[in-house]
Amino acid sequence: MPDSQAVAVNGAGHNPALLHHFATEEQQRDASSLGMWIFLATEVMFFGGLFCAYLIYRLKYFGDFGAASKSIDALLGGINTAVLICSSLTVVLAIWAAQTSRRALMIGMLILTMLFGLVFLGIKGIEYRDKFEEHHVPGASFSFEHVPVPGHPDQYANPRHAQIFFALYFIMTGLHALHMVVGLGIFTWLLWMAWKGRFTPEYYTPLEVGGLYWHFVDIIWIYLFPLLYLIDRHP
Amino acid sequence: MTEPASEHARSPLTTYFTVWGALLLGTFLTYEAAKIDLGPFNAAVALTIATTKALLVALFFMHLRHASEKLLKVVVICTLFFLMILLALSMADYGTRVWS
Repeated sequence: MPDSQAVAVNGAGHNPALLHHFATEEQQRDASSLGMWIFLATEVMFFGGLFCAYLIYRLKYFGDFGAASKSIDALLGGINTAVLICSSLTVVLAIWAAQTSRRALMIGMLILTMLFGLVFLGIKGIEYRDKFEEHHVPGASFSFEHVPVPGHPDQYANPRHAQIFFALYFIMTGLHALHMVVGLGIFTWLLWMAWKGRFTPEYYTPLEVGGLYWHFVDIIWIYLFPLLYLIDRHP
Repeated sequence: MTEPASEHARSPLTTYFTVWGALLLGTFLTYEAAKIDLGPFNAAVALTIATTKALLVALFFMHLRHASEKLLKVVVICTLFFLMILLALSMADYGTRVWS
């Protein structure tokens, strides 16, 4: 009989969710969290490059970025921020429900999280549709003529510089939306596991780790919202 | 002062709902503050509110506040440190360079 099976048989008294190469459940949980945080570190550097590009061009083309930012619907962006914050709350409530053995609440909160995620993507879709209709998508049909620079009504924004803003807008929000789609996939799997009763107060690590990912995507949006939607909003 | 280790990931519901309320308030504040002309301080106000919100999410929702593993804190601090290297050194270059 292989060693791993021997350990599993010998350890009949302990939680079946505890893998044999971990000493305690807490160590197993910490190892999973640590792995996720290291992955999130790579994600921070991944988005960091885009934030850095944004910073350089915003300082260089300040007025043009302000004019381009003003053409985006900030209210939709604000509603989306609130939607994501609500989804983060439902994630922690799902984890709390798992910790306190409330299966129905946990499943409900997971479904609610995914609904909030879908609402976010839907609003994002409306925003993108508006940008396509206004010819604000970088490319051959891009048009941003005679848009005044905020604070300088006699001055028009340079369309070439505004195009850089919209390129950054689509790449950053698009990449964020892609993360949301991946998050929805992860939460579909978590919902399936929760439905099958895999999570107990002793073992809910996938929920915790999936939640870390969801909250991280929320944090990225918390920075994207003021940086892309709220430049020079004052009249 | 410190809670038992087994309670490390558990926060009372009131904490979660308070943080949620604070995050919504922060969103409203940043939206309204953008409408006021503060000159160069608009960006500073927006980033301060955003960082406060990010900290609230990380500390309470991502349970960093109760993290028992020191290695985890090292990873988080290293992440921020490397992000600062990326931004600061890039800006040191572009900030001191004469563009056409």
